[in-house]
Amino acid sequence: MVSPAHFIALAVILFVIGAVGVLVRRNAIVVFMCVELMLNACNLAFVAFARMHGALDGQVIAFFVMVVAAAEVVVGLAILTAIFRARRSASVDDANLMKY
Amino acid sequence: MTGSVHAALVPHAAAIASLHATGIQDAAGLLLAFPLLGAAILLLGGKRTNSWGHLVGVAMPVLAFAYGLAAFVQMLGYPAAQRSRELILYQFINVGRFQIPMGLRLDQLSICFVLLITGVGSLIHIFAVGYMSHDPERRRFFGYMNLFLAAMLLLVLANNYLGLYAGWEGVGLASYLLIGFWQYKPAAAVAAKKAFIANRVGDAGLSLAIMLMFAQFGSVTFTGVFGAVHSASHGIVLAIGLLLLLGACGKSAQVPLQSWLLDAMEGPTPVSALIHAATMVTAGVYLIVRSAPIFDLSPGARLAVAIVGAVTLLWGAIIGCAKDDVKKALAGSTMSQIGYMMLAAGLGPAGYVFAIAHLLAHGFFKAGLFLGAGSVKHEMNDEVDMRRFGGLAIAMPITFVTFTLAYLAIIGVPPFSGFFTKDPIIDAAFAHGGTSGALLGTAALLGAGITAFYMTRVMLMTFFGERRWDENVHPHEAPPIMTAPMIVLAIGSVGAGGFLILANRLLNFLGPVTGVPPVLRGIWTPVGGASLGLVVVGAAIAWVLYGRREVPVTAPAGNLVTVAARKDLYGDAINEGLLMRPGQWLTRLSVYFDNRGVDGLVNTVAAAFGGSSGRMRKVQTGFVRSYALSMLVGAVLLVGTFLLVRL
Repeated sequence: MVSPAHFIALAVILFVIGAVGVLVRRNAIVVFMCVELMLNACNLAFVAFARMHGALDGQVIAFFVMVVAAAEVVVGLAILTAIFRARRSASVDDANLMKY
Repeated sequence: MTGSVHAALVPHAAAIASLHATGIQDAAGLLLAFPLLGAAILLLGGKRTNSWGHLVGVAMPVLAFAYGLAAFVQMLGYPAAQRSRELILYQFINVGRFQIPMGLRLDQLSICFVLLITGVGSLIHIFAVGYMSHDPERRRFFGYMNLFLAAMLLLVLANNYLGLYAGWEGVGLASYLLIGFWQYKPAAAVAAKKAFIANRVGDAGLSLAIMLMFAQFGSVTFTGVFGAVHSASHGIVLAIGLLLLLGACGKSAQVPLQSWLLDAMEGPTPVSALIHAATMVTAGVYLIVRSAPIFDLSPGARLAVAIVGAVTLLWGAIIGCAKDDVKKALAGSTMSQIGYMMLAAGLGPAGYVFAIAHLLAHGFFKAGLFLGAGSVKHEMNDEVDMRRFGGLAIAMPITFVTFTLAYLAIIGVPPFSGFFTKDPIIDAAFAHGGTSGALLGTAALLGAGITAFYMTRVMLMTFFGERRWDENVHPHEAPPIMTAPMIVLAIGSVGAGGFLILANRLLNFLGPVTGVPPVLRGIWTPVGGASLGLVVVGAAIAWVLYGRREVPVTAPAGNLVTVAARKDLYGDAINEGLLMRPGQWLTRLSVYFDNRGVDGLVNTVAAAFGGSSGRMRKVQTGFVRSYALSMLVGAVLLVGTFLLVRL
């Protein structure tokens, strides 16, 4: 029997992988993918809890998160393309002009 | 509009509310309007009025004088007790309970001043037409002179202290403008500033006195203040008296505010004659005499006035002995003569009338002396050093004769003016009684001798002896427009004193305002004899030193007193040491404290914030991943805290 604890454990693992990926990877595309991973970890947790409580709130929020993530990816990738065109690099460390 | 009479309530005659002015006197505003209009035309009209401006400038004082005469004649028609008349021009200040109507008071005292100011003023204006004929700025000069007359008339005519103060400030302004009339001369510009600042000190005293009056009595009108002053405490009356004295010291160049008058001689000579001899500098005496009901109640304040007068009369006389600049010698003399008036005013009702009598007589002979000096200066190519004069009696006979008559008047030779007006002051000082009376009288008596010395010295150095002129100087008599006023003033110098004093004319006339001396002495008194003896001695010494010997063109080194007197008895040095240097130290200290203390604190705080934020700025590296890390750490910390708190 798969208990909610399993789902939560999986969600935590996915979230940590995503968070570590955001912190250590330089490639903007990969960072993006890691962000998606974190969002989906959250979705998994929402859905698991919704299922556990027998309520629909968590499921609905999961849909909202997906929509926001899709919109974010559209804007983010557009920015990324623009940066890549300008500097021939997709590394987030190269885009460090906004500083002291 | 009608003045109410409550004579029964107040003991002093001057506190009686005046009757309303009628007839010609109802238009007394014209006295102010004429010179004010003249000033407005000349100063606002600009260069367009250059060609005829001086005519307007002369016409206005003459018109004011004619009006003053008419008002005087009307006043003589009233019985003595009803001669004080008031009229309201407009509401000066109208704030709730604080009501000050701008009114004029025409009484025996103010009409004396009106006639002196407009009469002598007219003569000096006429003289100035000739004296200033070569000056391209003659129109501006007459504009300022008219402005002065308007302010001076307001000073003596106002029926309240605030109006008097407005006139007081007005004459200060006119004096400043006229001393610095040749403002391209640095000495004149500096002298003007000095006069203004010294006067400000006195003005502060006067304004404080007025504030104190308002705080204590709720009124600043003469009627209101003099009616209420009896109920005030001794301390308050003394304070008001001393503050008024401070004001008088500033305007009348009395010790300790005397230093500005000698430098004020940088102005054109008609200015010296009108403002710094005949009228403005006597305003202090007017203030004291006008405030008689206040001083009558405070023997302490009166004594202070008398002491200031006695000190100044010697101070000015000693300075006058050493000056080689003819105008400065006369300025020292002015200071000294006003000292006599202050001394007389400080004696209370025993001296008020004599102070005014000497003031009026002095107006004639000192204006005459200054116009004579101006006439000489005009012909000597603006030379004022008496050591470069000599032998002018033949070259300028009319100037010589008028100057001589004024000279005889000032040293007090009978039957000229000074004899009649100065000796009663000396006599009244001795009659004051006690040690103070003896000291004041001795000072006044000594002053008479010194006066004779320095005036004889001026006469001998200017008109007698060898000609010590420059080669390119060719003095001849001044044109009639300059000599005519001098002749009129000389007649006044001869007759004014005798006319005022004999038959007690001025005494009877002014009595209702100033009170009558308790003891009336004759003309020939032992004191008068002593004074005459000292005059002869003083004149003889001057003749020995300056008449019998040749006068060296360059001044000899001189003894200790001469050196001190040449430096105005170190008046400037005292001011510098006592006031200016400590003031500078104070400002330097303040600046230091401001820079280091106040600014230091503010700057340190600002620098601390600047420095720390400069360091904190380095956190903004621009690396997205480090921001992400800080967000993550922050989120974890927050969540951790919540969990901890909940547990």
